[in-house]
Amino acid sequence: MRPLDLLWLIPALPFAGAAVNGLLLRNRHKPLVTAIGVGAPGLSLVLALAALWDYVANLRPQPFEQFLYAWTTGSLAIDVAFRVDPLSAVMLFVVTFVGFWIHVYSVGYMGHDPGYRRFFAYMNLFMGAMLLLVLGNNLLVMFVGWEGVGLCSYLLIGYYFEEAFPPFAGKKAFVVNRIGDFAFLLGIFTLFSEYGTLHFGQLTERILADPGAAQRPFLLGLSLAGFTALCFFIGATGKSAQIPLFVWLPDAMAGPTPVSALIHAATMVTAGVYMVVRTNVLYQMAPEISTLVAVIGAATAIVAATIGLAQNDIKKVLAYSTVSQLGYMFLAAGVGAYVAAIFHLATHAFFKACLFLGSGSVIHAMGGEQDMRKMGGLKKQLPATYRTFWISTLAIAGIPPLAGFFSKDEILAGTFAHPGALYRVLWVVGLLTAGLTACYMFRAVYLTFEGKFRGSHEQAHHLHESPRVMTVPLVVLATGAVVAGWIGIPKGVWETFGAHDRNLLHHFLAPVVAEVHGAGAEHGMSHLVEWLLMAASVAIALAGIGIARSQWKRRGLEADAAFAARTPVVQRLLENKYWVDEIYDRLVVRPLAALARGCWKIVDTLIIDGGLHVGAFVTELTGDLGRFTTTGNVRQYALYFLGGVVLLFWWMVL
Amino acid sequence: MTVPVSWYLLLAAALFAIGVIGALTRRSGIAIFLSIELMLNAANLTLAAYSRLLGDRAGQMVVFFALAVAAAEAAVGLALFINIFRLRRTIDVNRLNLMRW
Repeated sequence: MRPLDLLWLIPALPFAGAAVNGLLLRNRHKPLVTAIGVGAPGLSLVLALAALWDYVANLRPQPFEQFLYAWTTGSLAIDVAFRVDPLSAVMLFVVTFVGFWIHVYSVGYMGHDPGYRRFFAYMNLFMGAMLLLVLGNNLLVMFVGWEGVGLCSYLLIGYYFEEAFPPFAGKKAFVVNRIGDFAFLLGIFTLFSEYGTLHFGQLTERILADPGAAQRPFLLGLSLAGFTALCFFIGATGKSAQIPLFVWLPDAMAGPTPVSALIHAATMVTAGVYMVVRTNVLYQMAPEISTLVAVIGAATAIVAATIGLAQNDIKKVLAYSTVSQLGYMFLAAGVGAYVAAIFHLATHAFFKACLFLGSGSVIHAMGGEQDMRKMGGLKKQLPATYRTFWISTLAIAGIPPLAGFFSKDEILAGTFAHPGALYRVLWVVGLLTAGLTACYMFRAVYLTFEGKFRGSHEQAHHLHESPRVMTVPLVVLATGAVVAGWIGIPKGVWETFGAHDRNLLHHFLAPVVAEVHGAGAEHGMSHLVEWLLMAASVAIALAGIGIARSQWKRRGLEADAAFAARTPVVQRLLENKYWVDEIYDRLVVRPLAALARGCWKIVDTLIIDGGLHVGAFVTELTGDLGRFTTTGNVRQYALYFLGGVVLLFWWMVL
Repeated sequence: MTVPVSWYLLLAAALFAIGVIGALTRRSGIAIFLSIELMLNAANLTLAAYSRLLGDRAGQMVVFFALAVAAAEAAVGLALFINIFRLRRTIDVNRLNLMRW
């Protein structure tokens, strides 16, 4: 038996772990809960590594499919089956690897929490659903995973359900996601009714077999490909927190920090990117939707980055940074640089998970405090956290040779290379975002780790480095944040030094993102331009770091105050996140609530209840009138009886 | 000479009418009861008369059954009235009007 035959076990193990921890064990079995809760994803990781090794060594680039059973048959034939191809292979590795280390970290972080068992049950459930999403070989299995991770996200955001805000945030995340899911479902229905299959391979084949059919006008002035691509993209904006549906992600930080790292940074929120790349054939056939994807991605990137600049909650900074980086990924997908999107997804998973876990370590040391205004100077007490956080910050800022540099540079290069003036604008936006990213991330570093401690005495006394079980995952992920980029060193770099092109990721993913129109996937840029672009992105990152250093390293909060004093309008705008939540409240939530209240008061209370009341009143009235005939006088009854007999007689005889 | 069947029928109709009027007008429970018996017997008479006319004994058999049932009914009815009288010291149906709204 080959390792790939055990593929089904990879999602099954976490599901089993969730079932055992959630249903069978009790809180007092803590060591067993830990063993199962961490063991199941750990075994999944081992199996995934074995399966990936098997795949890369023996099968690549042919997809490997594992059929489990026929879910439905007949004209609506859908199998439950798994697929390993280069795309899902990358995702499989990222999800199992980062997921496992976050589980390890949770043992320390959640160690004293009374809901320890429940936490691990939910986390394992999430891992199972995420792996289902990644491995499913058709859109419906993917959708099941998609909804599964949404459910787990809801459960884990609202994990601290005794407090007021987390359940609300969970509900918000769920509702906002449903808007996207609705569009996603519409896209699935459309594809099925047009092509009769949901299997990724067959779909791609059938679409490519007749490009004219896919590009014929379909709905809303869009082609068939355009309409489904738009549907899928709306689905992706929900799950991956893009404009206009990004508002749930910052609130999702109400969940425990490992959840933010796993679900709301490394894996679930990238599902939208995965989905868009998975269905890239559609996007390639619908350039107008691709442009939309790129514009939305770039807009989200810069909007979120500017908001991140003015946040004081360390997790909020990271949340907006995640939204911003996801924007980058969509920018990449929009300009057709699908490999770059997946590349950035993978590198981002490492450094952002590390950053979140680092912030968790800080919060742990601060006794639950998340406000950076109360921190400062923590690098002395938390050296390991500080170093890993700093490395990951450099990675996200895009300093070579760390992971973020290569992936971000590839996205920017892809945008620059795309023909059209609009894309030059997007490139500038992307470049500005890179500078902002470096700036706000280093602001967070300086406010948290440099300067003087601004918290209370008890907090100062309580400060301590986290236990090994938390720092080891930090080190592992920070290592990932350093080396993950090396799998995608651009071709130009190799060639400049006269070496053979070793852009491993590009070659690996090439079969999944085959060009529809036959135009070369390589952007035809000279090495000089490529080097100049790299220099530009490094320069702007360094500039961002420099600004952050000059402002916040020494002065700390004074810099914020000075900024607020100089530009009060901008400060207020950013601090209140452009009032997006408030605008949505006015434009969407309240009208809907008014509509619901109208339905309740008018349709339900007035029409339905009212109708019933009228009916009841008429019945009662008839009864009231009728009962006066029941006098209790026997002879009167006899008279009625006689009348009846006479009537009957009259009717029968005459 | 034989009595024509119409005479029997007229007699039965007269008996029935008397019964109806009695049942509707009398106040005493016993009297109403007697009137009902009268109507029953009018029906019996009709059955017997037609039985004779058609030469079919089945009608007379039914009369016997009806008589037996009427006797049982009379026994139950009288028992009821005796008990009502014990409770209420009256069998005036105008005053026995508990079963109403």
